[in-house]
Amino acid sequence: MTAVQISIHSKHFAKNQPTDQQPVIANLDLTLESGEFVCLVGPSGCGKTTLLNIVAGLDEAFQGKITLAQAHTRPTIGYVFQNPRLLPWRSVRENIDLAARTTPEIIDALLLTMNLSGIQNAYPEHLSLGMQRRIAIIRAFAVDPDILLLDEPFVSLDAPTARQVRQLLLQLWQERPHIVLFVTHDLREAITLADRLVFLSSSPMQLLKEIPVTIARNERQDETRVEAFRQQLFSSFPEIASLL
Amino acid sequence: MENKVWKPLFAVFSLLVFFALWEGISLLVDRPILPSPLYVFQVLWRAMLSGELFFHMGVTLLRLFVSFFIAMFIGCAIGILLGRYRRLDFFFDNWLIIFLNIPALVTIILCYVWFGLVESAAILAVVINKVPNVIITIREGTRALDRDLLEMAQCYRFGKVKTFKHVIWPQLHPFVMAAVRSGLALIWKIILVVELLGRSNGMGYQLNLFFQLFDVASILAYSIAFITVIQLLEWLILKPLDKKALRWRR
Repeated sequence: MTAVQISIHSKHFAKNQPTDQQPVIANLDLTLESGEFVCLVGPSGCGKTTLLNIVAGLDEAFQGKITLAQAHTRPTIGYVFQNPRLLPWRSVRENIDLAARTTPEIIDALLLTMNLSGIQNAYPEHLSLGMQRRIAIIRAFAVDPDILLLDEPFVSLDAPTARQVRQLLLQLWQERPHIVLFVTHDLREAITLADRLVFLSSSPMQLLKEIPVTIARNERQDETRVEAFRQQLFSSFPEIASLL
Repeated sequence: MENKVWKPLFAVFSLLVFFALWEGISLLVDRPILPSPLYVFQVLWRAMLSGELFFHMGVTLLRLFVSFFIAMFIGCAIGILLGRYRRLDFFFDNWLIIFLNIPALVTIILCYVWFGLVESAAILAVVINKVPNVIITIREGTRALDRDLLEMAQCYRFGKVKTFKHVIWPQLHPFVMAAVRSGLALIWKIILVVELLGRSNGMGYQLNLFFQLFDVASILAYSIAFITVIQLLEWLILKPLDKKALRWRR
């Protein structure tokens, strides 16, 4: 089982600029327990994507440490980027297969659930952005990740599709528990999905508040419960209102 | 011009006008200096029947392909390296400028002086002339590689081979095709000079012979054969390759 210990002392942009400039991230400590679903909520431009890139190992220019506690191997990471990042010269199926670490049957099932079975051989640029996003999500699921990073994955999906994909995400997470780090600016979505909400402030990004979501998972379909929790959050912690 | 029948007809018509113009001018001047197109085609036909044309063209084509593939391979490899590593690029940039600006004739002469009038010297001279151009084109392509996709490949642990095959090479493809096209055109021209100066067969050697004999008709006949082969390469190999590689485009 993987637990992730994020400890970033500071992260600056543009290494050729003087280091006394304002850091993007400062003194951020965050622990992700194994099998935990964590939503990062913060204003746009505050550095959430940078944080995900650091966790994914794509950005190594920072002071601090990311500890991925797992016995032997490096954990497998699935990353749904903010833009789909599909290879335009490879078909939908090839895009998924190139990254996949799971069986073809599972990929078939994922494609079926996402209503994409019919377009397996199409090229990404011939498809809508919403479809490309769903393909990118399937690709992340298909690596059977230990850590799943999602950077506002449901933007530009229509509401019914987004709901459906959210359900699929939860279902897969419950079938095989893994850490999910989910960036969103939609507080309702965050409450519906997460075990724990992490509120982040901007410039520099710091951890403002960590709040466990106390609604039972089977009651979260009820929108009034989610809304009530949201209102309660705003009244107990007025400072988070400025983040949204 | 949208019509599928009219377009090729129009192309034929434009060629006919060209030959008519040529015929007209040849009537105005002396026959030996500018023979009529009809006579040139007769000479071409005879050269083909005797097998002479095919032999020399074959020799030249062989040299062309050998030096072309060597130059493309070396050029692509160095171009990718320079595009990826800035320090390396900084160091070799001046070398590149030197090699780009050496006149083709100088490399050819030097190669023959240093290595003798041998086949490998001829090939080397062509390669040295072509490589810097390939490097520059491929270096540009490598600098323009999409970082988002490279990050994706890194995150999903594609590894070096898979990343190159599926992420980098498809992005370089338009640049490689540009290098191939400009390369063929350049090598054709250089290879004739190489043959003229130091080989005893090939098109360049033949052209030199015709020059000494003042045989303009044969020179023109060989040129026509030459242009036709290059166009055939474009239609039969390069165009289909482009079409296949770019079928994913919108």
